[in-house]
Amino acid sequence: MSIALNVNGQTRNVTADPETPLLYVLRNDLQLKGARFGCGTGHCGTCTVIIDGKAVPSCDLPVSAASGKAITTLEGLATNGTLHPLQQAFLDEQAAQCGYCVSGIIMAAKALLDANPQADDAAIRAALNGNLCRCGTHHRILRAVRRAAATAGGAQ
Amino acid sequence: MSAAGKPAPRKLPGSLDTNRRLDRWLRINRNETITVYPGKVEYGQGILTAFTQIVAEELDVKLARIQVARTDTSYSPDEGTTAGSRSLQEGGEALRHASAEARQLLLDKAARQLGVSLEQLTVDDGLITARSGGSVSYWKLASDDLLAREASGDAAPKSPALHTIVGASAPRLDFPGKMTGAPSYIQDLDRPGMLHGRVVRPPSYGARLLELDEAGVRAMPGVRAVVRDGNFVGVVTDREDQAVRALNRLRRTTQWEEQATLPETLDPRFLLQEASKDEVVSEIRDDTAAAGAATRLQAEYTRPYIAHASLGPSCALARMDGNRYHIWTHSQGVYPLRKDLAALLDTSEENIVVEHHEGAGCYGHNGADDAALDAALLARAAPGNVVRVQWMRDDEFAWEPYGPAMVVRMDAQLDGSGNVVDWRHDVWSNGHTARTNWQSATRNSTLLAARHLAQPLPPPAPANPPLPAGGAQRNAIPLYVFPNQRITNHYIERAPLRVAALRSLGAHTNVFALESFLDELALVAGADPVEFRLRHLKDARARAVIEAAATLAGWRSREKGNGTRGRGIGFARYKSQAAYAAVIVEVEIAGDVRVCRAWSAIDAGLTVNPDGIINQTEGGIIQAASWTLKEQVRYEPERVLTRGWADYPILTFSEAPVIEVKVVNRPDEMTLGAAEAVQGPTAAAIGNAVCNAIGVRLRDMPFTRERVLAALA
Repeated sequence: MSIALNVNGQTRNVTADPETPLLYVLRNDLQLKGARFGCGTGHCGTCTVIIDGKAVPSCDLPVSAASGKAITTLEGLATNGTLHPLQQAFLDEQAAQCGYCVSGIIMAAKALLDANPQADDAAIRAALNGNLCRCGTHHRILRAVRRAAATAGGAQ
Repeated sequence: MSAAGKPAPRKLPGSLDTNRRLDRWLRINRNETITVYPGKVEYGQGILTAFTQIVAEELDVKLARIQVARTDTSYSPDEGTTAGSRSLQEGGEALRHASAEARQLLLDKAARQLGVSLEQLTVDDGLITARSGGSVSYWKLASDDLLAREASGDAAPKSPALHTIVGASAPRLDFPGKMTGAPSYIQDLDRPGMLHGRVVRPPSYGARLLELDEAGVRAMPGVRAVVRDGNFVGVVTDREDQAVRALNRLRRTTQWEEQATLPETLDPRFLLQEASKDEVVSEIRDDTAAAGAATRLQAEYTRPYIAHASLGPSCALARMDGNRYHIWTHSQGVYPLRKDLAALLDTSEENIVVEHHEGAGCYGHNGADDAALDAALLARAAPGNVVRVQWMRDDEFAWEPYGPAMVVRMDAQLDGSGNVVDWRHDVWSNGHTARTNWQSATRNSTLLAARHLAQPLPPPAPANPPLPAGGAQRNAIPLYVFPNQRITNHYIERAPLRVAALRSLGAHTNVFALESFLDELALVAGADPVEFRLRHLKDARARAVIEAAATLAGWRSREKGNGTRGRGIGFARYKSQAAYAAVIVEVEIAGDVRVCRAWSAIDAGLTVNPDGIINQTEGGIIQAASWTLKEQVRYEPERVLTRGWADYPILTFSEAPVIEVKVVNRPDEMTLGAAEAVQGPTAAAIGNAVCNAIGVRLRDMPFTRERVLAALA
């Protein structure tokens, strides 16, 4: 069936089984490869996107359940070629190794900072607990999110 | 002189020795760029960025001019596997010398064109200028034949004193794409008309297929083919979600007969009951020193099976046309994989192109190569189409080859002054590498599906690389000077669980045992752990990293834990011949052991990318803390039970330590890989810190809450 999705501010129509996980539709039908398959059960966070302001795993969410809601993926963060402060902070801190987790982590961090621009270290750690990083770049990622929080806080 | 009377070819540095043509490694382009052709591959360690620094440095061009070609059997140098922290020694040295020689050839040509002597010339970002006037650029001088020759080995690389790019932190080339969602991994590859495949793995190692409902699955939407070959079952569909639905149906309906093939116990001590081939790998005797023995101490340390647990499940793409195959893979070695695939696909290596694309971090030999065979087998059912296969998370956990379980027994004697006069270290383990053994009289294959085919090829017995690097015995021989020592490797051939190389191989457990035991002895001797190590250590670089870590951490002699907090140290020289690292950690124990802070000093020879070394060291500490505190593959006699992240917790953001790293640069020493230096030292430092904090010694990994409570009871 045809399903209308609002992705990164644009309406996109896709033809898919309504039970198809949103992740497969984003990656295969819409060619948005930023959200990635990690576990298919919402345990690792690599597929995290923001739906109506909340960071959620897209690997076990039926595409039909996302219809009519505002979906943001990593590809939707930069505006007019300017990186989002989180993306810039991750580059400045070189906060990755393989980077497979980073897309989901930036999205989880964005949902946090949008809701709580003054998030402290404990709040950041708590918000990222649903996101796994196997390379062990936690230390850098936390620094990057704190840097972005400081940038955003300073801008207000 | 060889038997034929011809002089043997001159030994060239690193992989240049086995790939001698300069144009295998480099191309100077007329569009003012330079293309590098590495045989080593990226899997998140930052190796390609380091390679561009080396080439830019030797050729005197800006970093931005260097492009990196993907590794592909159509054209890349054959550098075997990307493993063992050898990429800078092998690929980096080859590129350093090839670049130095390319620069020399360019300068020679420029000197002829400008009619000046070489001494007249300087290079700035590819522009060669003569002091007397006149200039010409690399891009004008470049010609197809310039590098179409074997390296002579005559061009000396730059003196490190002149380095401006090597030794300075360079940002990772791949990060801008990764931070913006650009397709970056093999999992992101898409080809027009691409089909999707999934493999229905047996429920357990020994399972045999009884009944398969092929017709029911063929009737499902989008199903192109159901493949069955012995116990290998797969499906090919138009869409990925259709493949997953077909897989789920096949999982529900397929009948298997299982058998119990796994150990009865999760305790690694089952290894002590297995048949073993025992080899004394190091023996030193000094009877006079031994006569001074006054106190004897013995202890036993273990590690269970642990998983690579890559965050991105294994993936590959394949296309078959007639007897020709194109394979897209995140394998650590495109050439060895091609050889393995040729044997299984009844074709020649020349008929297979293996193209590398980066996967998620793999930390050693995981399912990457297996997925390539899966994709090739499914591609045969859809000739001319690209078929993409990605493993499901439960298959990744259940079928990847694990880091082997190990048992280490230590036995030492102190003299009356508290010096070690006798030292014994015994290791029980499977081999730690499981690549196809092409020398074996029995045909075998490391690739997973090979053992499931109607005409199966069994897996090779896991083996150990020879010393000094070693596998199970890696880092069992101490760097400390002990007048008597005997190190024995008890090699166990039978491997009930699938195992293969996991980052640092045996070093994680051997260093954990060695460095924990050293603290146990220091305690008996009443010595400070740092002083006790230095007392037994002559190697100046080893002493320097221990002292640097102690300074960084503000270590106080004989510092005491307070009942919940404490600190400990661990040290090793990786593989007994590579990077030196010391790690100090601070732990806090409130039921669970938490590593709050870590400090490390690392000497990886001549530093190429300082931030790259720091990143690898931080990541190595966090991953090793995760292994040591939390990780264990679970199984029962019939099957592996670890199937998902809920069964296999790893360190989370709430638990991650704050880390400080000091890089000890050694400009006059060979550059050494830095990715595997801290795993062993971190494990030992945690054990030592726990003992410092609460006075009990944990000798069995992982250090779970239950084990802490049991030790305190």
